This record gives sequence, C-alpha cells and structure tokens, in this order.
Amino acid sequence: MLLENIMKRKSELPDSGAKPTGNRSVNFQKLGAFLGLILLGLFFSFASSSFLQVNNLLNIALQTSIVAIVAIGQTYVIIKGGIDLSVGSIAALSGVIAAQMMTSGSPIWIAVIVGIVGGIVCGLLNGAIISYGNIPPFIATLGMMGIARGAVLVITDGTPVSGLPRSYGVLGGGTVFGIPMPVILMVIISIIMAVILSRSRFGRSVYAIGSNEKAAFLSGINVNKTKLGVYALSGMLAGIAGIILTSRLISAAPTAGQNYELDAIAAAVIGGASLSGGVGTIVGTLIGAFIMGILRNGLNLLGVSYYWQQIAIGIVIVGAVYIDTLRQKAK
Amino acid sequence: MGEMLLEAVDIYKSYSGVSVLRNVQLHIRRGEVHALMGENGAGKSTLMKILTGVVKQDSGQVRYKGQPLRIQHPKEIQRLGIGIVYQEFNLLPDLTVAQNIFIGREPGARLRGFISERQLNEDAAKILQQLKLKINPRMKVSELSVAEQQMVEIAKTLSYNCELLILDEPTAALTESEIDTLFDVIHDLKAQGVAIIYISHRMNELKRIVDRVTVLRDGQYISEHLFQDTTVDKLIQEMVGRELTSKFPGKPDYSRGKKTLEVKNVSTKQLLRNISFEAYEGEILGIAGLMGAGRTELARAIFGADRMVTGEIWIQGKKVAIQTPAEGIRHGIGYITEDRKKDGLMLSINIKDNIMISNYDKYSTAGWVKENEAKRVTDHYITRLGIKAVNRNQEVGNLSGGNQQKVVLAKWLCRHTNILIFDEPTRGIDVGAKYEVYELMYELVLNGVTVIMISSELPEILGMSDRILVMAEGRITADLSAEDADQEKITHYAMNQ
Repeated sequence: MLLENIMKRKSELPDSGAKPTGNRSVNFQKLGAFLGLILLGLFFSFASSSFLQVNNLLNIALQTSIVAIVAIGQTYVIIKGGIDLSVGSIAALSGVIAAQMMTSGSPIWIAVIVGIVGGIVCGLLNGAIISYGNIPPFIATLGMMGIARGAVLVITDGTPVSGLPRSYGVLGGGTVFGIPMPVILMVIISIIMAVILSRSRFGRSVYAIGSNEKAAFLSGINVNKTKLGVYALSGMLAGIAGIILTSRLISAAPTAGQNYELDAIAAAVIGGASLSGGVGTIVGTLIGAFIMGILRNGLNLLGVSYYWQQIAIGIVIVGAVYIDTLRQKAK
Repeated sequence: MGEMLLEAVDIYKSYSGVSVLRNVQLHIRRGEVHALMGENGAGKSTLMKILTGVVKQDSGQVRYKGQPLRIQHPKEIQRLGIGIVYQEFNLLPDLTVAQNIFIGREPGARLRGFISERQLNEDAAKILQQLKLKINPRMKVSELSVAEQQMVEIAKTLSYNCELLILDEPTAALTESEIDTLFDVIHDLKAQGVAIIYISHRMNELKRIVDRVTVLRDGQYISEHLFQDTTVDKLIQEMVGRELTSKFPGKPDYSRGKKTLEVKNVSTKQLLRNISFEAYEGEILGIAGLMGAGRTELARAIFGADRMVTGEIWIQGKKVAIQTPAEGIRHGIGYITEDRKKDGLMLSINIKDNIMISNYDKYSTAGWVKENEAKRVTDHYITRLGIKAVNRNQEVGNLSGGNQQKVVLAKWLCRHTNILIFDEPTRGIDVGAKYEVYELMYELVLNGVTVIMISSELPEILGMSDRILVMAEGRITADLSAEDADQEKITHYAMNQ
C-alpha cells in the first residue's frame, strides 16, 4: 500500500507537453471515496433492515468518532509527509493520566487538561526528535509508541483505573438532543481542523513541506517549527480521543487505543491522503473513517464474524488505493 | 553518411484529445549525430517516447533497420539496440558503477541465481576503458560527479551494443572540460557506426558535433538540414517561427545606484574560501565559473540556506545575521534555485499556493490566509508572466518546464525583494521563454533591484551582465566589467590559470 502510493506520486511527474488536467484529481479522489461510502450504505440498507435505523446510524457515528478524531491528527502528519505510529499509545496515556488524577481527588477539568497536555508533550517530543534529531518519523514514533504504552503500564501496574466520578462520563456517554457527545466533539474538531488546514499559513506550510521539503525550506518556511506543530497537534488529538474513550468506559484500561494508529492511517489513506506527502483532506479522512465504521457495523448486522471483518477491511484499504492508482495511470 | 537506420514518417500522437505530434518525420543514418531541435512543447520528448516504446503513436510508421519498429515494453529497446540517456538520470545511487551498468543482466556465477561480482566488475571495466574513462567500477554511483554519472549512463547503453543512442540535454549539468570529454566519446561512437540523436538547447555546442538537424515546432515537422548548410540564426528562426533579432533583448537605459549587498570574507565548511564582493542596485552581476566552483554554494550561504563558518553579510549598509532562508527573505533577498523541480517547486500543489508560499506575511492576518487577495495576486502574475495554465488551481507538476520556471519567478516577483539571485535561470527552457526571463531581469534592474545571475552559459553571462565575477574552487578569481570580459578571459579565470 505504502509503496504503491509512493510509486503513484512519482509516476505523476510531468513531461514537457501541456496536459489538460487541472486540480481535478483531488476532487475526484474525494468523490470516489464518497461514492464508496454511499454504495456501502445502500448495500447494507438493503441487506439488513436494522441498518438504516436512527439508533444504528448514531451508533456508527459514535463508534467512528474516536478513531476519526485520531485520524484527523494523522492526516496532518501524513500530508506533512510523515507518519505517527504513537497515537494509540498516547491516547491510552492521556486517558490514564486523567483517570489517575481523578482518583487521587483532582477536579475533573484539571485532570482532563493535564491528560491532553500529556498528549501534546508526547507529540512535541516526537516532533523534536524528528526535526532536530533527524530521525525518520516511522522510527521516532515507533519508539514513542513503545514508550507511551510502557508508561501507561508503569502508571497503572497493568490494571485498569476505575472508580472515576460519574459526572466525568458525560464527555463520552452524554447526549445533546439525542446526539452522542463524542459525535458532537468529532464534528466540532473536524470543522476547526479543516479550516486550519485549508485556510491558515500553518496549514499551507504543512502541504508545502509534504510536497517538497527542500523547496518549502528555500521558500522561507520554518520547517522544524511546522513539524513540531504537526506532531504536537497529532498528540493533542490523540490525547482528546483518549479522554473521550476513558469517559465513555468510565475507566482507563492500559490496553486502550491499541491499533488506533493503523485505523487512523487507513482512514486517511482511504480518504485520499498520500503517504508520500502533500495530498489529503480532513473531509476525505472522515469519509475514510466512516467507510470503515459502516463496514464493521454492517458486517456485524449481517452476522459476519469479527475475524472475517478484518479481512474485509484489509481488502478495502488496499482496494481503495489500488483504484486510485489505476485512475492516476489512466490520466 | 551511412545507410538509413531509423525512419519515422507521418507520426501522429495526441493525449486526451490534445494533439502533440502531427505529420512528424525523422530520418536517422548510421554514424551520424542528428540534432533534434525545437522549443519546449515542440514534441521532442513525445517523439523520443515513441522511439523508446514508452508511448505508442496514434498513426504513422517507424522503421528501424528496415523493419517496422514494434516495442511492447520499454525493456525491449535493449534487445533492439536503442539506448536513451535522460536529462535526469535513472541510476541507482547506492549501487556500484558496475552494478548499475549491468542491472538486470548481471553475469551469472556457477551457482544459478547468484551473480559473479568479479565478472561483473571486469566487464564494466572493459566498457569504461572502451570509453577511455577513468572510473572505478566498484565505486558507488552516489560518489561520482554529475558528468561521471552521465558517462555511466552512456556506458550502460553501450553494454548492450547500442546502435541508436538518444541523448537528452546531455550537457545541461556539465562543465566545459566535461563537455569536451563527452564530445570525444560521441566522436568515438560515431566512428563505430552508432547513430546519435542529440537533443539540446545549446546552440554553440551543436556546431561542434552535429552532422544533421531536424527542427520541430508545435508538434510539427519543420525541416531537416545538413548542419553545415544552415546557420544557428536560421535554426532559431525555424524553431520559434519568428525572426529573433537577437537572443537577448536590447539593454534598457539604467545605471548603477548605491551599494545594496556587501559580502565580506565568507567561508563555509565545504567549499567557500574568503569570498568578498559587492553588489549594487540597478546592476546585473553575473557569476561565472565551472560546475563545482562554488557559485550555488555562495548563493545558498548568502540566502541563509547553508551555514557560514566565517564572514559577514551587509545589506543596505547594515550588518545582518542570516541563519535561515526565512531570515534571508526578511532581509530582502530572493533566491531562484538551479533545480526547480527539486528545490524550487511543490509539484503536487497548485500554482496559487506555490506563489503564495513565500508571501503569506503579506497575504495573511494573524495566521489566516487572505484567500481573495491571494487569488487576485496570483491571477495578476499568471497574466503578467503569461503562464500557460488551465487556471490558478492547476497543479504545478502538470505544467511545462518554461511555465514552471515562470511560477517560481512569480513567487519572487510577488515578494518584491531588493536582491534577487537567479541560479541558472534559463536551464532547460526554450528560446522564447529565455528571452522573456531576460526581459524580466531588465525590468527588475530598472526598478532598482540588484540582480545576481549565476550561469554556466558564457553567452548568457556576457550578454546580460554589467559586471562579472568569476569563481574557481570556492574563491573569486576575477571581477570583470562587461566591457573587459570575453569568453577566453572568463574561461581562463574559471580554470584558475
């Protein structure tokens, strides 16, 4: 998948002839993923009578929201041309920090903030190691993945932290007009992050670095600072996801957030982000996350076992990128 | 001239409805150097892609050695004896010279599936010797100079008994002496009966080696001449389809103003040694020198892209500390890089964002981009520089070389820098686009900008500069006024004689 994606980008290098293609590829990609989402939805609506029920749809949104929040951070990282494998561990660490503080009597809001700050600090460390230490993102965040997970196990001694205050459960378990709190948070975060990505200098710098780091540097972009910001953002969103998850379960499990990094990467890639950098959108990533969410939910309703679901999702990930590769070639 | 080796007639090709080749013909004889000329977009690359099986023509026939040329896969050209050396090399930097030459065709060892490393190196050494090259086949390609890498590419094509060799802008990155070596090799190949298709924008070199020339314009065949029967001016006229009174625009009336840049004793870890010079507003300062003389390194050091070990930069009479390009830009310096694809552009990003990337301090408030202004300014520069594009949202990777260069220029024009360094500003772009770049330089100088132009093309240095610095081995060896300079003098100082 990774290689295919990179090859795809390389093969896009132009020749001297004028080609009548504009910026349409990006829209196409989003459109393709969106069509996939609709088709999947249509299929399950016919295949299972319970799929289209409001409760089930809200359930899909709820199931997807936490991974989607993590995936938004991952999208920034991937557009920048990096990868963040540590988000699952960071989510667990933030959750555990907040839970541990609450059980030792700290006010909820302070615990939440400190938990998120923990995520930011992990992200900053990632960014500093990558930009100033010149360590490849894959290695640096692989290291952080182990470190953060290890820290979780050390703090909790391997057992879940429970006995959290009831009112803390609102973040993950509450609803507003019947819509689950995590879904609302996901929507708010998506909007903010999409606007930052598309309309701020920071966002433009992220695209520029991912497309061509040397050129971005020579254009006066502060590459190191931007990278630091990107990984801090990813850490922060992982932290927020961890807090919501802990709140939903009203307990912080040391194994929480496992495989989030892979789900997040998959969501971004299905949504059209390129692992070689410079390409991707928040909307695309949300679509990618929901494609996986609907697939899991729909297959559940049809009684397909969890094991087979894994296989289906694997095929979707590779298939989505493959279709995109074919289209790039046809161009 | 030898017998006909390759004959292409009535070649038509279009990409998604846009016609790129119409009624094109090409006749290549054994043992000749045949120049293929035309502006960017004239169809040279597409024609070469057809000859090497990368794309198929829509209609028309190519006959090679008297047979219709049928290539199912680009790999087959090796068997047919066709070789191509692209402007951007296809070598694997971490493999050795020998491994690169024989990649995919390594001599086998006794044990099946294994390679005889000894045999490999011996075979490679033979070929290199044939080319009279002193390159160690065991060296990694990444340790070679650009010229040596190119020789390895040529050696690779010879290793499968190439009879038709296509060289695409082979001298673009070579120094004068390396070009001599290349031409010696070409002469030898000719003597062996190899036909060479030579694509180049550099008129002066063509005189030295070319026997025959075919001119294309806008995808159409224009003419074929024996080179001795034509003149460079006539060829240029055929290429552009208009009378070019001069390769350079007439020098407008401007004069040197106050000192804007003073470089004092700059040295870097690698190359530069005690560089000092001054530049003035209303002046084009040319920097000449051979490849590796340190011209680009000097530009990068001034701009803040590389660290200086010693030395000071003074701008408008004030000492400044420049550690990064961002700081260089803030002090009013712009740097148009030599390699626009690698260092100048973000290919997967659109025209607008490429132009804006260095200008967001002007076109944003509190970190938020003023999108409407950005669009307006981008459209202004698209019109002003005549960038040929669908619209401002077109990915820069889909533009032609000349238009890509214009996007880079637009980025820096939009910046309104006081000092603008052009590093090989016309490399790989066609005659018409070159002329426009020169006009732009004059316009900048008229507006009081200090233009510094690094170039390997002596006619360009002599045609455009008001003053010329010559560099060799990391030092400045001469500071000449335009009147005092000529090709011999510059070459003399560039070789540090």
